[in-house]
Amino acid sequence: MEALGSLIQGFGVVADPMNIVYMFIGITLGVLIGVLPGLGGANGVAILLPLTFGMSPTSAIIMLSCIYWGALFGGAITSVLFNIPGEPWSVATTFDGHPMAQKGHAGEALTTAFTSSFFGAFFAVIVITFLAPVIAAFALQFGPAEFFAVQMLTFCSFVGMGSDSPFKVLCAMMLGFALAAVGIDTVTGELRMTFGSVELLRGFDFLIAVIGLFGIGEILLTMEEGLAFRGKSARISATVVWRTWKQLPKYWVTAMRGSIVGCWMGITPGGATPASFMSYGLAKRFSRNGSKFGTGEMEGVVAPETAAHAAGTSALLPMLTLGIPGSPTAAVLLGGLLIWGLQPGPLLFVEQADFVWGLIASMYLGNIAGLIVVLTTVPLFAAILRIPFSIIAPVIVVICAVGAYTVHNAFFDVVLMLVFGVLGYIFKKLSYPLAPLVLALVLGDMAEGSFRQAMLVSQGDLAIFWSNYLVGGIITLALFMLFWPVISTFIRRKSGTTGGTEAVAAK
Amino acid sequence: MDHETESSAPVVSNRVMEIVVAGLFALFSIIVMMDSARVGAGWASDGPEAGYFPFYVGLIMLVSALAIMGTAIFRQTNADSGTFVEKHQLALVLQVLVPSSVFVALVSFLGIYVAAAIFIAFFMYWVGKYPVQKIVPVAVGVPVALFVAFEIWFLVPLPKGPVEAMLGF
Repeated sequence: MEALGSLIQGFGVVADPMNIVYMFIGITLGVLIGVLPGLGGANGVAILLPLTFGMSPTSAIIMLSCIYWGALFGGAITSVLFNIPGEPWSVATTFDGHPMAQKGHAGEALTTAFTSSFFGAFFAVIVITFLAPVIAAFALQFGPAEFFAVQMLTFCSFVGMGSDSPFKVLCAMMLGFALAAVGIDTVTGELRMTFGSVELLRGFDFLIAVIGLFGIGEILLTMEEGLAFRGKSARISATVVWRTWKQLPKYWVTAMRGSIVGCWMGITPGGATPASFMSYGLAKRFSRNGSKFGTGEMEGVVAPETAAHAAGTSALLPMLTLGIPGSPTAAVLLGGLLIWGLQPGPLLFVEQADFVWGLIASMYLGNIAGLIVVLTTVPLFAAILRIPFSIIAPVIVVICAVGAYTVHNAFFDVVLMLVFGVLGYIFKKLSYPLAPLVLALVLGDMAEGSFRQAMLVSQGDLAIFWSNYLVGGIITLALFMLFWPVISTFIRRKSGTTGGTEAVAAK
Repeated sequence: MDHETESSAPVVSNRVMEIVVAGLFALFSIIVMMDSARVGAGWASDGPEAGYFPFYVGLIMLVSALAIMGTAIFRQTNADSGTFVEKHQLALVLQVLVPSSVFVALVSFLGIYVAAAIFIAFFMYWVGKYPVQKIVPVAVGVPVALFVAFEIWFLVPLPKGPVEAMLGF
């Protein structure tokens, strides 16, 4: 119950009128970002990050996290109305959301999507409220070896739980680590992989990578598909909302399942996208109307949306408590915290309690604000989507360039952004995952630091990673995750049947 | 543009692209390992040397890249034989990529605002084929909005060129 007291204190922090204003600005910008192709949660936050340096960290994180919630909401709009997922995690929403819109139930589909999103996010925030202090208190006892073990678990989870080829996951991840190592080594002060270039001294900033990979890469992909937005228009009236809300409670099982799947996938870095697919697959299997999925079933919208939002929100739990982000956007927020001089991790809960609980309180309010904003402004955002791509594309490229430049006021970064853009395009087409690359780039120095500290403590003896039950357990689990693709193939070959959940997750 | 349903000539197959990208990964990993070996990838008296961690990162990357390359070369599945990009697709991608590159190059001479105006105007004229009265408001409006937001509101300086200098900024 201590958490409740801290939470009420947090609401006190958020209640500052300016923070409420930032919250609404954030949500609106976020929905806009979620709706526009080429701008998503991760790079949207990355571009706007430099603008918040002048604010107090609490206001800044409230605005940035609200951009994230807004982007999560916004993805559903394009999925339902245009059958074009604005964000990868809303792909599963198109399966039933768009058929609903085609049948003339666009308003209902959107209301369902938004309400489910809200439910999933709310569930995840409650989980964060009560679980975060416990985990943070527990993690206070962590030494370097334990931290490295948790980081290793994070990265191995990508290999074990991703649907992409494990070798591609490893390649992308190692590229992230290698790029993170470029520049001055923080321990010995030696120059690594700079090859005499002054520009490389600074190293690679992950914000530039995020803007390039997700922003420019997405523009190139969208252009290739030759986008023509021909969507349904939507008008959400109070009666539609009310009618939909009356129907929703009967899908509570699906919603709960989606939220739990989402929380699990968000905390372990499975991410929102696989969570939404998994939840959709599970709902299809267990629902009485399972056979009708794909033809415009309301339940088929509830399942992916609850999971995606629960995952997106709960990705902040490991970021706050352990300093390990569960998603690229959480990684960007982590980068923001570091820039403001706040070291995420267990100590944050002790030293910056106001900040942490302010942020958690803002998640409650931000999601309520988000629901209100999206329900009332859908026609506006649908109209924005009708702006032809040949106008949107150059404007987004310009915005990305501005965002890349402002990170370090360096022209070289803008060039890098373009390079990362081409890389992002190629990687997407060959299904190299981008999330491990970004996370490795963010956590590279930290993971290396804790590894080297652990090695110093143990005089180079790897046995330190099995020196007690905790660290040994985590490392063993991590290795299990790492070799899961091999293990699962082995099991499958032995039993001769395909594993149930994998088949759903891989869909 | 989705009316171009007739299959356009493939430029490069997925398989070739897989091999090329894996090859680049392998090359990159070798560079990483060589440079890590240069700064010392072993064990010094004061603990692991600077190249210790990156060296193994490079090693894992090399092994993974070779595995991907091997799979692409030896295994013939339908997924690999698809086309990576078709001719008209590549043309569309280059339609964005080339002007964007020129835009970035222009930023260093003209500053970001003027370059942005030229870029947006050119793109709308070339790809969108809009009339001038539609191009001008967007091409001028966006940079001006950016200028107000960054230079005046947030006080974040962006690269400026001779035109802004002439106007006294």
